[in-house]
Amino acid sequence: MLEVSGISKSFGGLKAVDGVSLDVQAGEIVALIGPNGAGKTTLFAALAGFHRPDAGRIVFDGRDIIGLPPHRICAAGMVRTFQITQPFAKITVRENIMVGAYLRIDDRSKARDRAEAVAAQVGMAAQLDRFGADLTVAGRKRLELARALATGPRLLLLDEVMAGLNPTEITEIVEVIRAIRASGVTILLIEHVMQAVTSLADRAYVLNQGRMIAEGTLAEIAGNPAVVEAYLGHGAAEVLRA
Amino acid sequence: MLDPGILFAGVLNGLLAGGVYVLVAVGLTLIYGVLHIINFAHGSLLMLAMYAVFFLWRLTGVDPYAALPIVIGGAFVFGYILYRLVIGRLSHGRDENILLITLGVSIVIDNVALLIFGGDTQTIETPYASSFVELGAALLPLPKIISFVASLLLCIVLGLFLARSDTGKAIRAVARERQGARLVGIDVDNIFALSYGIGIACLGAAACLLMPTYYVTPSSGHAFVLVAFTIVVLGGMGSFAGAAVGGLVIGVIESLGGLLLGEQLGQIGISVVFILILLLKPSGLFGARQ
Amino acid sequence: MTRLAFLLALAFAAAITLPLVAPGYLVDVGMLVFFLAFIGQSWNISGGFAGQTSFGHAVFFGTGAYTSTILQITFGWNAWLAWPAAMLAGAIVGWIIAVLSFRAGLRGSYFALITLAFAEAFRILANSLSFTHAGLGMLIKADPRPANFQFKDPIWFYYLALALCIVSLLIAWQLTRGRLGSRLVAVRENEDAARALGIDVFAEKVKALSLAGAIAAAGGTFYAQKYLYIDPNIAFGVDKSIEMLLVTMVGGAGTIFGPLLGALALTGINEVTRTLASVVPAFKNVQPLSLIVYGVMLMLIVGRLPDGLARLFRRVDRHA
Repeated sequence: MLEVSGISKSFGGLKAVDGVSLDVQAGEIVALIGPNGAGKTTLFAALAGFHRPDAGRIVFDGRDIIGLPPHRICAAGMVRTFQITQPFAKITVRENIMVGAYLRIDDRSKARDRAEAVAAQVGMAAQLDRFGADLTVAGRKRLELARALATGPRLLLLDEVMAGLNPTEITEIVEVIRAIRASGVTILLIEHVMQAVTSLADRAYVLNQGRMIAEGTLAEIAGNPAVVEAYLGHGAAEVLRA
Repeated sequence: MLDPGILFAGVLNGLLAGGVYVLVAVGLTLIYGVLHIINFAHGSLLMLAMYAVFFLWRLTGVDPYAALPIVIGGAFVFGYILYRLVIGRLSHGRDENILLITLGVSIVIDNVALLIFGGDTQTIETPYASSFVELGAALLPLPKIISFVASLLLCIVLGLFLARSDTGKAIRAVARERQGARLVGIDVDNIFALSYGIGIACLGAAACLLMPTYYVTPSSGHAFVLVAFTIVVLGGMGSFAGAAVGGLVIGVIESLGGLLLGEQLGQIGISVVFILILLLKPSGLFGARQ
Repeated sequence: MTRLAFLLALAFAAAITLPLVAPGYLVDVGMLVFFLAFIGQSWNISGGFAGQTSFGHAVFFGTGAYTSTILQITFGWNAWLAWPAAMLAGAIVGWIIAVLSFRAGLRGSYFALITLAFAEAFRILANSLSFTHAGLGMLIKADPRPANFQFKDPIWFYYLALALCIVSLLIAWQLTRGRLGSRLVAVRENEDAARALGIDVFAEKVKALSLAGAIAAAGGTFYAQKYLYIDPNIAFGVDKSIEMLLVTMVGGAGTIFGPLLGALALTGINEVTRTLASVVPAFKNVQPLSLIVYGVMLMLIVGRLPDGLARLFRRVDRHA
């Protein structure tokens, strides 16, 4: 569904993403993990059209989408959420989600029905009339998810939707994401909460300092010395093995 | 084609007018550079300072040039207090909100002036107002030469103050990195108010230098707002060198525009320059980035 | 819902009957309120809903006033026919300014200032060119027949302004209920998020400014027909731009009734100071007082109460 090959992106001489390739098959949940500053969010931004990569190819559903603006990529069926949540502060949750729903629905009452259905799906049914500005962290994360989902995507790019949530909230949102996949949406997610990654993802990619250092099932990755070192520092793998 | 002599005179006159523009624009660019406030009240505050010069002359007979220290000091205090009481307290959120606050300030000042001073045009009569200096083919009004020289001297004084004095260094530190400045113990809020005061003090000086050849009405500010913004945008928001060069360039453009296009249409040069700079190079000639 | 409907019905009935019972000067005041509310709604669409603060909306107002006036005087058009042409001209000017500014990536204060410069450039052009009669202004020949969009009885201008105001309220109401309005608000609140959700931010802003341009231009023609005279300062002056901004910001930017509330309040304060000036000799020159009050209100609202007067009515407004 998504094939990324050789993506690079520099900011003022600093290579944030360096020759990264990955692919996502329809129906999968794929995780993108790696330490802070590894370039995960930069890669997401490039996928969603927020900045143009310096090199590489991004093919979504058989179509080269490099250079397309974000709204076209969203319309093509790939939509991102933001790690730093960006709620529309001065309108209600319902109206926030309707913004997403209007992508494919012209009629107001249908868009509202869709927004309410999505809200129920992510567990926000009780908060429909709250204002974007008044939500808790957990509420904002769910709203990010709901708005993106309301656009009717086929591939969701979720950027740390669990950061800052407590364990109960994480368990809830893991269930929500699982249900989203079951409804036929493919998911690529950046996540630091490993408990969630292990319970959700079919496969994972590991990004470190802009390069892809490992990929495979979670069991494969957990045993990969390069990954352990990336997280714990140089030499850590040998220490652990010993 | 224009006679080269007239053209020469036009350029010189434009440069002379530009001298005062530099002073006005330096105040605006200082406020922007330090506070990141686009001070829409700049023209109105200049108008207010011009009235101060006018009334000093009318009521006590003080010559506009002799009034320089009084009006500069008064303008500084006024600006300092205005920032502390109004602008600093209300300015937060999006940058256009702060622009709207200073728009509100300018609406209030313009209409208070109209309320108190009435709508009449006021001028100052000085013995030297109609003295001229001959320079080649150009006949230059003496007060304009004085104002040009004085403007540039004052800009140099301000530059030295910012470069050498402790307060000046603190101001530059805040302009560059306000969080860092806060961390090393600089009272950032006070620096904001001081900078705003200094920016308005520049207007006080400009008012003294303008009044011998200019007039004042409650709407005088309007004439200067777009000019000042054009200079600052042309030179690059926050750039001193930019404001200096921009001021002179705009003075010449205005003067030549009047010569080539006539008095009415000639004014369009400023708006056109402003629009083109914003559309093509919003960082200006000397600015690093927007 | 029912309470709002009741209130609106009451207000409508009052507005309809006012000219039949009130003295003539109140009819003029009422006309002014509806007219201001109408052009304020133009600012509200681009500045309130879409969040693109403009300091130069007079550029649209003046374009409308001059287009219809020139079409009548120079080309002999009928005023009613010239009206839609004026609106089209306003929309085109809005489209051009939007495309140029937003392509260049101007936002916030920079956009506000460039609109100011455009209005000023238009004012200077109108002040210098012969086909606008330069600084003399343009006088429309008085021939008060309804077919000419001129009325002997000011009541008809009152009703026309009322109709325009209602149309503008309906447009704003439609915006709050539809896809375009939802997108404009999203653009105002957060451009990046809007983009991620499939909104073509550039295109939506261009739409907003074109629509705003058409509405303000319609107001310009109305003004020209009512007073039969325009000049560059009336049509393109800063005062008109500020007036449109003020009524909307004070009344409540981004709300349906904001411009109407703001226009009511501004005109109300105006009338009080005018009466004061004419009755009490000591207050002969207090007219600027109304703008002073409005300047202070603008600062307080932007600094303290960003939703304007309409916040007080928010509950009513929201569930319209």
